[in-house]
Order: sequence, then C-alpha cells, then structure tokens
Amino acid sequence: MIPWMLSGLLAFLALLAALGAAGRARAVQGGVALASAGFVLLGLAALWQGGTVPVLLPFGPPWAPLSRGPDGLSAWFLMLLGLAGLPAALAGWAAADQAPRRLMLWPLLLAGLALALSAADAFGLLLGFALAALTAHALLSAEGAWVTNPRLGRLDLLATLLSVTALAVAVGLLTGLSGDLSFAGLRAAPPEAGQAAAILLLVLPAAAARAALPLLAPLPPGPALLLVGGAMPPMAIYLLARLLLDLGGPAQPLWWGTPLLAGGALLALAGALRALRQAELSPLLGGVALAHLGLVGAGLGLAAALRAADLAPLAAMAAGAALLHLPAQALFLALLWLSAGEVALGAGARHLDRLGGLIHVMPILAWVSLAGAAAAALLPPFAGFAGGWLLLQALFSAWRAGPLGFQLLTAGAVALLGLAMASLAAALLRFWGLCFLGRPRAPRTLGAAEVAPLPRALLLALLLLSTLLGLLPGPLLRLAEPALLLLTGHGGGPELGGLISTSAGPLAADYAPLGLGLLLALLLALAAGAMRHASPHPSVSAPPWDDGFMAPPPHLPFGDPATQPDAAGLATPMRPLLPRWPGLPGAVRLPGRPRWRLRPARRGTARRALRFSLGAVVMVLLLLAWLGGGA
Amino acid sequence: MTFAGILAQVLHLALMLLAAVLLPGLLRLLRARLQGRHGPSLWQPARDWLRLLRKQPVLADHASPVSSAAPYLGFAAVLAAAALVPGFMHGMALAPMSDLVVLAGLLLLARAAEALASLDAGTAAGGRAAARAMGQDGFALPALLLATMGFAVLTGTTAPDAIGATLQEAALGPRLALALLLPALLAVALAGTGQLSSGSPVPEASGRHLALWEMQRALRLVLWVALLAGLFVPFGTAFPDAGPGGWLMALLFWCAKLLLLTVVLALAEANLARLRERRMAELMGAAALVALLGVAWLFLSAGVA
Repeated sequence: MIPWMLSGLLAFLALLAALGAAGRARAVQGGVALASAGFVLLGLAALWQGGTVPVLLPFGPPWAPLSRGPDGLSAWFLMLLGLAGLPAALAGWAAADQAPRRLMLWPLLLAGLALALSAADAFGLLLGFALAALTAHALLSAEGAWVTNPRLGRLDLLATLLSVTALAVAVGLLTGLSGDLSFAGLRAAPPEAGQAAAILLLVLPAAAARAALPLLAPLPPGPALLLVGGAMPPMAIYLLARLLLDLGGPAQPLWWGTPLLAGGALLALAGALRALRQAELSPLLGGVALAHLGLVGAGLGLAAALRAADLAPLAAMAAGAALLHLPAQALFLALLWLSAGEVALGAGARHLDRLGGLIHVMPILAWVSLAGAAAAALLPPFAGFAGGWLLLQALFSAWRAGPLGFQLLTAGAVALLGLAMASLAAALLRFWGLCFLGRPRAPRTLGAAEVAPLPRALLLALLLLSTLLGLLPGPLLRLAEPALLLLTGHGGGPELGGLISTSAGPLAADYAPLGLGLLLALLLALAAGAMRHASPHPSVSAPPWDDGFMAPPPHLPFGDPATQPDAAGLATPMRPLLPRWPGLPGAVRLPGRPRWRLRPARRGTARRALRFSLGAVVMVLLLLAWLGGGA
Repeated sequence: MTFAGILAQVLHLALMLLAAVLLPGLLRLLRARLQGRHGPSLWQPARDWLRLLRKQPVLADHASPVSSAAPYLGFAAVLAAAALVPGFMHGMALAPMSDLVVLAGLLLLARAAEALASLDAGTAAGGRAAARAMGQDGFALPALLLATMGFAVLTGTTAPDAIGATLQEAALGPRLALALLLPALLAVALAGTGQLSSGSPVPEASGRHLALWEMQRALRLVLWVALLAGLFVPFGTAFPDAGPGGWLMALLFWCAKLLLLTVVLALAEANLARLRERRMAELMGAAALVALLGVAWLFLSAGVA
C-alpha cells in the first residue's frame, strides 16, 4: 500500500512541476506542502510497520526494473524530507514568490529526493540522486546564488557531476559481476578489502560535497535556502548510511568507520568555527548546519566502527545518536533560517554589524529564535542535547572496540567535539545577542515590525515540535528501531532507555530531559517567588552606568554603533585557539605567506611550556603504545 | 525514589545553599589572613546580598526583559546542577538524573544566560564581559569532557554518584589515572568558579539582579568543591541502608571535606597570580592535555589487564 501511495505522490509532484512552469504559484506551494505532509505521514507509517515489502513498477530499463518500497532507513529519511519541505513550502507561500523558473524546480527537487529515498534498488537511488543534485544546482542558480562569484557556480556544477559519476562507479563496484541491483541482493554480497576501500574513497567525498556545498553557497536566507539547505544534506547522510553502513557495512574491518568519524568531528569543529567567524546571517547559519552535519557524520562513523568490533548495542547507540539528531537539527535549523529571513526582511540588513535591538520591535520572533538558538547550541533540556549526549556516551564507551590507535582517535574526537560544542554555543550567542539585544546599530532597524501571522504560526509550530522532541527523545528513538536494525544489526531496544529517559546502557548514566526540564522550571519558580518576597521593589530605568558610555550624539539618535560590541569583537575570546589554516572554509585570506607555521616561542612563557608538554605527551604516548604492543 | 532519598536530597540542597553563604566568606577570610590582613567577617557576603536585595534594581534605558529574566535562569540552572552533584549520601532522589555531561550543559546554560544579560545593555564593557564568559567555559569544555571520559573508562558510567560509589568500594591504593585527572578537573574548577579572573560577571546588573549573579557565583564555587569531593574523595559517604548514626557521620565527613578543599583552594589561589585571559586558554589547553594523558593511561592499563 505505502509504495503505491508514494508513487502517487511522485506523480503528483511531476504534475506540480508542470503547473510551476505555467506560473501557478499558489497551487505549487500548496501542493508541495501537501506532498511534504504526505511524506511525513508515509514515513511514520512505514516506520510503524517496521518497513515495507518492495514492489516492482511496470516501467524502467529492462536490466534494472524500478522498485519502490521504503524500508526502515529510507522511511526515516522520508520523514526528514517532509520535515524540511513543509516549512519551506509554507514560507514560500508566505513570501509569495511568482517566478515560474524557480517554482517548477521546487516539486522537481522534492520528487528527485523522494525518488532516491523510496527506491529499493541502487539504480533508482542513483537516478533520484542525479535528478535532485542537478535540480538543487539549478535552483541555487535561479535564486542568484552565484551572481557575485560565477566561478563558484561552475565549481558547484562540476562537483555535482563528479559526485553523480563517483556514485555510479561506486554502485558498479558494489554490484560486482552479479548484476543484481536490488538492495537485498547487494546486501547479501558485501564488498571485499580493496573494493571496499575504493567504494569508501568514492562515496565519502561525493556525499560530503553534496552535503556541504548548498550550505556554503552564498544564498540569502529565504524559502529556497530552507528547502535546499534542509533537504540536501540529509540526502547525503542517507547515501552514507545506505551505501557505507547498510549495503557495504557487514563484515568490514574496524578502520571502515574511522575516516567518517574523524571527518565528522573535524567538520563539526570547522563548521562551528566558520559560524563564529562569519558576520552575515546565512553563512553564519550555514556554519551551524555544517557543525550539526559533522556530529551526525561522526555518529555514523562510530556506529560503523563499533559494529565491526561486534559491539552491536554500542553501535546502535552511536547510530541512534545520529538518527535522533537529524530531525532535531532539521527543526531548529528551519526555525533559525526562517527567523534569519524575517530579520533580514524586517530590518533590511543581513550583516550583524547593522542589526541590534530587534527584541523591542519583534519580541515574539526574538523569544522563539532564542529557543531555537539554545537548541542549536546543544544546551540541556532543548532538542539538540539528546543527540549530542548519546554521541558522547557512545564515544566514552568506544574504547572497548580494541586497538590503542582507535581508542586514541575516540579520545581525540571527544576533545574536538567539546571544542566544537563550545564554539557553537559562542557562535549562536553572538548571532542572537547581536541581532536582538543592545541598541539598534542602524536607524532602519527600528522600522521593523513583528512577523506576519502565517510565518509566526509556522515559527511557533516549529518551536513546539522542537521542544517536544527535546523533552521526549525516547519515543522517537523507539520509532527508529527498524532503521537502527538495518544500520547496525541491533535495534537499540530497551538498552537505549524508555519513554521519558534516554540511557547509555543498563549500568551507565541516564539522561531524563523531561525530569530535568521540570526541575529547572520548579527551581526557577522557587527562585522567582523567593526574590519577589525578599526584594519587592520595582525596577527603574536610567542611562547605562558604565565606563566609557556616552550619550547619543545629535546626528546618531540611537547612539554611536562603534560604542557597542561588534561581530568581530565578540569572536575574539575564542581567537587563541582558532586555527587559521587557509584551506578551512571561511578562513580569512591573509596576505603573504600562510600564518600556520609554528614560530618558536619565547623562553619562559606559558606557551613554550605548553608546547613542551604537548611534545612530552606525544612522546610518552608513543612509548606507551610501543610497550603496550610488545606486552 | 524512597522517602530517605527525598529527605537526603532536600537536606543536600539546604546544605549546599548554606555552604554557598559560608564558603565564599571563608575563602575571603583565609585569603586575607594569608596576606597578613585581618579580613572581613565570615558573614560579609551574606550581608552584601541582603544589602543588594534592599536596593531597587536599575536597568539601562534600552534594556529588554532579558536583563531581568536572565539572572533567574542562570541561578536556577546552577541550583539544578547543585542539586545533581554528589552529596553526603549515595542514592539521593535526583541521583539517577545526574550525569557529568548534563552538569557541563547546565553550567554552560548558566554561562550563556550571563553572557546574554551582559550583552543586553549594548555597552562596550558588556560585550567584553560576554565574550570572556563564553570563552572561559568554552576552553574548559574539552578538558571536562576528557576527564569525564576518563571516569567512564574507569568505572563504566558518567553519573557522579555512581562513580563515587564505585571508587569508594574499590580497593584503596594509588591510582595514576586519578592523579592525572585531578589537576585537569581542578583547573576546570578554578576557571569555572571565576577565581582566577577578576571583574564582576555582568557589568550593568544592580539590586536583586546583582545579588542573584553573586549568589550564583558562590553556588558555583560550592558546586565545584562538592563535585571534586564526591569524585576524588568519596570516602565516608553513607550508603542508603546506613542508619541515623551513619547519616550523622557522613554529614560530618562531608562538611570536613568541603572545609578542607576550601582551604586547599585558598592556598592555591594565594600562590597563583590572577591569570590574564590569554593565559587562561593556555591553562585550559594544558588541562585538556593532562586529561588526555590520563585517559591514554587508562586505555593502556585496560589493554594490559
């Protein structure tokens, strides 16, 4: 039943593309919203059933009959596709975009993604991915993402073509000589050593390019960014999960997951640092999205490695962290992108140094986006924390998998993730604080008005869903069981906790967000009540009492912006550790030779002592590894 | 959740609040005596808070509701964290919810509230304070997570109460890993309590808001001292089946440990100069390295054994 309904939705989307070409904007946006809602419902239904039996469609090439039928893994990602498409379509409805060349691409992109996600054979997956990747490039071009830098557009097209080609070759390698392209057939014959390495080398960069490029594209915040940024990266994650973990995963050695684990942790740090460095709204949020993508990637890599070491419950924990984090990040990123769009629309500026004080004119938007920023900053009772907590717990237990090299890699990943989480929190605080707090930095800011009713309702709905997910991650984790079974061979089950708490194992620690939220609310109420009793005086307002504060000069009625903290200044405390490698996304291009060469430190400084102790630690570790290997 | 557990939890929270009144005063007094001064009375911080509570809070002209809401959020987050740290008894009512990563998250939440309140007035000093606040906890996070990993490898869990119980029941003996994790966590604690940096947390706060920030800072100090005591010197902590005599002994032990650690802290503080912010980052880097070394040592000993 579900496969046929999915095929019906695909046909509906093709019809919508035709309508879009005719310029029927409302019909297209409403239809896309309906189709997205349908994807969410069908995905949930398929997960509830624990997957569906694939059906063969009556058309397709003779050597690869097209088959539909989402199993647990694709059902999870179908749900995510709907979660990304629904807010994008509703935001598009509110923005009332009328241009036909952009409108017809929306249903096409969704159809390509759904085609890839609902396929039960590698050919359908490849076909859908190619359609989606090319449409995404076309949509970015139509939105004018490359206007300032045409070279970037050509690079994006080249990367799209290369990633499709690489995936085709990887699928060919997976198939081998048997010619059976169905997932069941591929799963039965996993690749061997050299072939497996080649597949890893092909799939990893292809998926990474497809995931990262839409987020690096200089696109203004708006409905198109919500669609492309929200739907394309999960597709790339799906490719990784399907090709590397599900189809290629069984019977792989321990190193199979390590590139993904290390790459994910590095991507998390690089994304967070990019977010900390950027001062424009959409590159900043792009960095945040990259960081969360890195967390998901690290979870999948860890799951692959732990599965190879026959630690299926731990692998289920790592994969569960990745799967749980995906819907959470879809929700809060949609919320943040939508708020950024509203800020840009209302205040007429996208640079942090031209915003400020918006909480006085847009209070609802301010509070809603504060909750979104807290979730994206991985703070406890909010949506992002559960996934991060599970990932950290899986990393803490991963030392059971074996050799010292892998154990040290997990310890390094923990340190990297700690730095990434701290930078992420600082970056989001800087984003929200500079947008909404302080005094206006430009007169135009005070002309902003509160958000229109439809986007406001959308924002509140996203906030509600994200809060619900943050407080009750347990049921969602249970729902992911069929997907976890495919990824790791273990469904998670009771080990990962019950309905109100998430657990890292029968003897390990629990995370109970609902209890924590209640405790916080109770203590907040107690503190407020006690303070009301102890200090009942109302507050008064006065000019700031501060060293260096100056009254606004007559030509600047809102005060001199130079007396306020600015975007570059707020990023400085993290500066000492910020690497300035030229290759890193968003790195400042410095004139002259690259600055990352180590200069000899002066005698007697803490830096020299630190460098010395770093060297000593490395030496001791090498010595211990050598001794441990000999014993 | 037994009756004894709930009773112990309430008693623990009350003791933490009482310690938050007393310990900062004790620390100040000890610092003065070590410098050869007479020093203020033990109750001086409490008197300051009462004085602040009698005053009217003054907000900046363009301050938003964030300025008046953030102090409560920050205080509630730290109070929740204080309720979750190990106390004089194992198996308190909230112990199943307790976890080192969650504690780190709650402290970061409180720090974020502090930074938001600093940014609200839109002054240069506020911006510097916000940046400093986020930087401090940011650099401490890798060291804290690595130390947590060390405990997870050593005891199989990250719940501080369970870690303390496991270490208490284990055979007494010198452990290199714990000796490496201790300085790392001590550095994190020094950074987290703000003992090594000067300046008030939120420049524009006044009245009860300032009192809340100051109380939060005092509570943070007690929290770290209690956490260090519960993790590294869990001896003397009562188990749930101990009778009233056991509870009394455990309470005495707990107070003695807190006092002893405060004296150690005062001695360390008197001998360490206040660090500049750049140096703080380097101290945290060194803490992370030491914790990494401890974790690596645990990997090796687990592999050999």
